[in-house]
Amino acid sequence: MLTDNRKISSLRVAYGEAIAELGKENPNVVVLECDLSKSTQTIIFKNACPERFFNMGIAEQDAISTAAGFASSGKIPFVSTFAIFASGRAWEQVRNSIAYPKFNVKVVGTHGGLTVGEDGASHQALEDICLMRVMPNMTVIAPADSIEVKAAVKFAAEYKGPVYLRIPRPNLPELHDESEYQFDMKAHILREGKDITIASYGETVIECLKCAEMLEQKGVSAEVINVSTIKPLDEKTILQSVQKTGVIMTVENHSIIGGLGGAVCELLSETLPIPVKRIGVRDQFGQSGKDTELMAKYGLTAETFIDEAIKLVEFKNK
Amino acid sequence: MEQTKKFNEEELKELKSISKNLRERALTMVYKAQSGHVGGALSSIDLLLILYKKTMKLAPEWTNDKELSKRDRFILSKGHASAALYSILCEFGYFCPSETAGFRQLGAKLQGHPNSEYVPGVEVPTGSLGQGLSMANGIALSLKLDKNPAKVFVLMGDGELQEGQIWEAAMTSKHYKLDNLVAIVDRNRLQIDGNTEDVMGLEPLVDKWKAFGWEVLEINGHDYQEIYEAYQKASLLGREKASPVVIIANTIKGKGVSFMENNAGWHGKAPNDDEYNKAINELRGL
Repeated sequence: MLTDNRKISSLRVAYGEAIAELGKENPNVVVLECDLSKSTQTIIFKNACPERFFNMGIAEQDAISTAAGFASSGKIPFVSTFAIFASGRAWEQVRNSIAYPKFNVKVVGTHGGLTVGEDGASHQALEDICLMRVMPNMTVIAPADSIEVKAAVKFAAEYKGPVYLRIPRPNLPELHDESEYQFDMKAHILREGKDITIASYGETVIECLKCAEMLEQKGVSAEVINVSTIKPLDEKTILQSVQKTGVIMTVENHSIIGGLGGAVCELLSETLPIPVKRIGVRDQFGQSGKDTELMAKYGLTAETFIDEAIKLVEFKNK
Repeated sequence: MEQTKKFNEEELKELKSISKNLRERALTMVYKAQSGHVGGALSSIDLLLILYKKTMKLAPEWTNDKELSKRDRFILSKGHASAALYSILCEFGYFCPSETAGFRQLGAKLQGHPNSEYVPGVEVPTGSLGQGLSMANGIALSLKLDKNPAKVFVLMGDGELQEGQIWEAAMTSKHYKLDNLVAIVDRNRLQIDGNTEDVMGLEPLVDKWKAFGWEVLEINGHDYQEIYEAYQKASLLGREKASPVVIIANTIKGKGVSFMENNAGWHGKAPNDDEYNKAINELRGL
């Protein structure tokens, strides 16, 4: 099966390695950290380029605005902390001191979604994609594996302008081939199908692929798209897919409000109104628990959302 | 320490004359727009004048190489005093005086609060209070990485110091020994809702900055000689102590127009025809 026997690797380590690599090549790359260098893995950059690593302490608002100052002086700052703080605590700093002047700052939120270890609701960013997406000038990227993380970091460093990068905490199966994958801000069809489109990003992409394999056993052909760039949304790829399948299900480790589900509904309601099912956390806070328990409890595993896919196809065929 | 030069009569006369022009231009912008923040613009104009005319190394043409030049950087953290900043940038040739007619108007460059994308000489956007010192730190750190000798000056409002982020940034400046950074507090003692000490007390302000490890100077923010000496001293002191320096400049909100002075009501109000004429006559000494 497509989802079996894949190498599992850490997206955070990939992030740390990618920025360290960049730092060695480009003297303008600087990294700001908020006392979480071992969690975000910016420690790898710190060891490679200590003079360009700035620990800002537990002060996310200051870190974000300081990064804006660096960018105004020609540097390429990557600011890292947990997604909840990058997008929530420092939202207005991101808006006014980075997005508004189009400063070349890369805001990197690790530990996005429910899967933050056992820290519970206070640390689970279920709103970050929504909060970052609503800002003009902001590009929002959420890679699905370590290979995509590395490619996205490279892309972000070359792209001139504000970028929000969401990195999941868990280690995940590798879905891409490192030797050929290049990040291009496009949505990528990972599996073709004709009965239903399933769009996702981040750690739920693998669950969508599993779901598609399970659906195949039941005679349903699912097309799976990795929408790793949530903004700007690759409207063309999504529209072409749904013109073929007629229905779409979005799956994300995020609130059903304002994330990819919201973005897809906005697109389709104005261009091609068709049935949509949003899978995500349903307007509630999370809780402590193991990653696998949380994903199952909140309906983010293939086994828990396959029925919704079948219902959606049946609804279309009525 | 080198003896700081004393302004002679002629220089003082010239500074006084320019400051009147600056005040008149700022007032006229707010009057024509019928919108803007006049009180805090007038309290900070003398501080800006000595910075731009006598202290900072910079020139409009240096801003073309926006990121890398050796120009000193200025950040107006109290972005609502934009009329004062625009007035001084206009005075020193950063843009054509006709641009000032567009202040706060649809489609114009001179936004209510300064935007770095549209206005030459504006380094970073400000307006949301409390963010300027952090941005100044980022610039100061960047200059140090580049071994660029330029200095960073940042002007904050006193009410603005109620923002928690200022104190996060104050820790950062000290932690990274930013001796190339000089902060100035426009201590006019008034904010929208009244006296700072009634709204949310700031005193003992000098002690607060000292407790954060900063070198502190306190001056009369309308005395040209004192302002000039403080700017010179701040740079030397910073280097000597490997520390950021803050200048608490005691000022008068609405300075220069008698009926606006020390009146919180003139924080964000535009003068009507009579008030405007009266103010201009007073500034011109008529």
